[in-house]
Amino acid sequence: MCGHAKAAHIGSSLSVIDILAVLYSGAANINPNMVDYPDRDIVIVSKGHAAAATYAVLGHAGYFPLEWLDEYCSDGGSLGGHVTKGRVPGVELSTGSLGHGLPFATGIAIARSRQGKPGRIFVVMSDGECDEGSNWEAALLAGHHRLGNLTVLIDRNGVQSLADTEQTVRLEPLAEKWTAFGWSVHDVDGHNHAEIRAALKRAKNEAQPTVLICRTVKGKGVSFMEDQILWHYRPPSESELIAALSELGGAT
Amino acid sequence: MRDAFVSELLLAARQDPKIMLVVGDLGYGVVDGFADELPGQFLNAGVAEQSMVGVAAGMASSGYRVFVYSIANFPTLRALEQIRNDVCYHGLDVTIVSVGAGVSYGTLGYTHHAVEDIAIMRALPNMRVLSPADPMEAKAAVHDVLGAPGPAYVRLGKNGEPTLHEQIPVSLASVQYLRRGPDGVLVGVGAVVGECMVAADILRSRGINITVISCPTIAPMDSSWLDEWHSSPLIVTVEEDRLPGGFGSAVMEEVSQKSSDVAILRLGLDDSKLTVIGSGSYLREIHGLNGPSIAESVWRVLGS
Repeated sequence: MCGHAKAAHIGSSLSVIDILAVLYSGAANINPNMVDYPDRDIVIVSKGHAAAATYAVLGHAGYFPLEWLDEYCSDGGSLGGHVTKGRVPGVELSTGSLGHGLPFATGIAIARSRQGKPGRIFVVMSDGECDEGSNWEAALLAGHHRLGNLTVLIDRNGVQSLADTEQTVRLEPLAEKWTAFGWSVHDVDGHNHAEIRAALKRAKNEAQPTVLICRTVKGKGVSFMEDQILWHYRPPSESELIAALSELGGAT
Repeated sequence: MRDAFVSELLLAARQDPKIMLVVGDLGYGVVDGFADELPGQFLNAGVAEQSMVGVAAGMASSGYRVFVYSIANFPTLRALEQIRNDVCYHGLDVTIVSVGAGVSYGTLGYTHHAVEDIAIMRALPNMRVLSPADPMEAKAAVHDVLGAPGPAYVRLGKNGEPTLHEQIPVSLASVQYLRRGPDGVLVGVGAVVGECMVAADILRSRGINITVISCPTIAPMDSSWLDEWHSSPLIVTVEEDRLPGGFGSAVMEEVSQKSSDVAILRLGLDDSKLTVIGSGSYLREIHGLNGPSIAESVWRVLGS
């Protein structure tokens, strides 16, 4: 996708893809037949630059024909370079500008709670996105209202746009920040499906909002991309694509 | 105007449990009655406007008809991208209500003057922009936005504006004629329309009979009224905000689409006086937007 589309953010997509795979393969109560079901679980991908990962997961989960992936970022296609609602089944909110997902999800969580409706609300955020003040505004509100139906999953790959998160605007101690805002915090290996799934199950019984700090590796699975800021932006060349796919065990 | 709007909203909310009022920790003495009577339909999102609008959009996506209430630029410019992306792009049923249109907050100063809001809000896709001229139009605005779900912005004055209509207008989609006269047109938005009525009285005493129109729906603008006035000697637009992109600009955009050579005079705030301190009425005078000043501006063109 990123290769032929010459699209960026492949590193950000590889770090978050296991989190998305877990959510869309049963951890969240959603499937392609219930995209308009009112009491469905809601997944909001707030790190909208992880569009390639989101669309790959949605495609493999059956939300749209896999051929769509070949038209990623093509003229007149359905799949653009940021997660966009409108033409893509399964997408709940257009994102790409960071810091929008959590306030929106908090609104849904409050609505469900006021309406006495079931359903969990999941927000997938990047760690660099924690710089956005709007998230902390919403985190304060969600903590105040003890929104147990709200769960945030942070893709803690440690690398943001220009440098490491800790060199940019220090986030640590990140868990303590969320705790102080009234959230229950779980630390998980963001590439271990069983661990993510178990933490999500535990979070279901919380009486307050929950955050999973998912430790991940930017560019996970491709040795020359891992932990490299370069791959926040760069699309792979043809030879790099072949090397990457060979490492990941995929077909060319 | 704000009390008229909120009391009418409360009447509607009693009948429709989907109506939700979200405030940004403002509205003391205005929203309390609503909050006390319908606590399940009220949310104070705190002093956090970006989150407030995102939350409102999320609630609207879950079936609520959300009214966001705050003052001045806080629920608009402070949360502009949330309005643009979360509300407008997704076409959600969120109405942003801001009290303190123009310079009505007077001595509170420029931070509290909503004077670019018309230009900015009307530039957003799917956004309806309403600026009622009096308490009756403010009440009508509640029904207008409820009648057509989707993004809307309602800019309100404070309280104490003169009542210009005897009854609540049935709809604000079209312009409201408040007075008819053949010599020219004063068309305004918001509370400053009351000043236009004062100006019309002054001009009548000097032999000029002028039409006064309130145009409460700025976007999408029903421009059919312009057809009647394409050969008018003068159309004067009056708004209590800065001119670039504002109401007068919107009228000129409509005129440019019609084969009309009518002269347009735009009256609005004078950028060189944005730092002047004073009450709302004092600032209107300073900016040439009180009744006598408007009359004088018209007289300069038509008086000879």
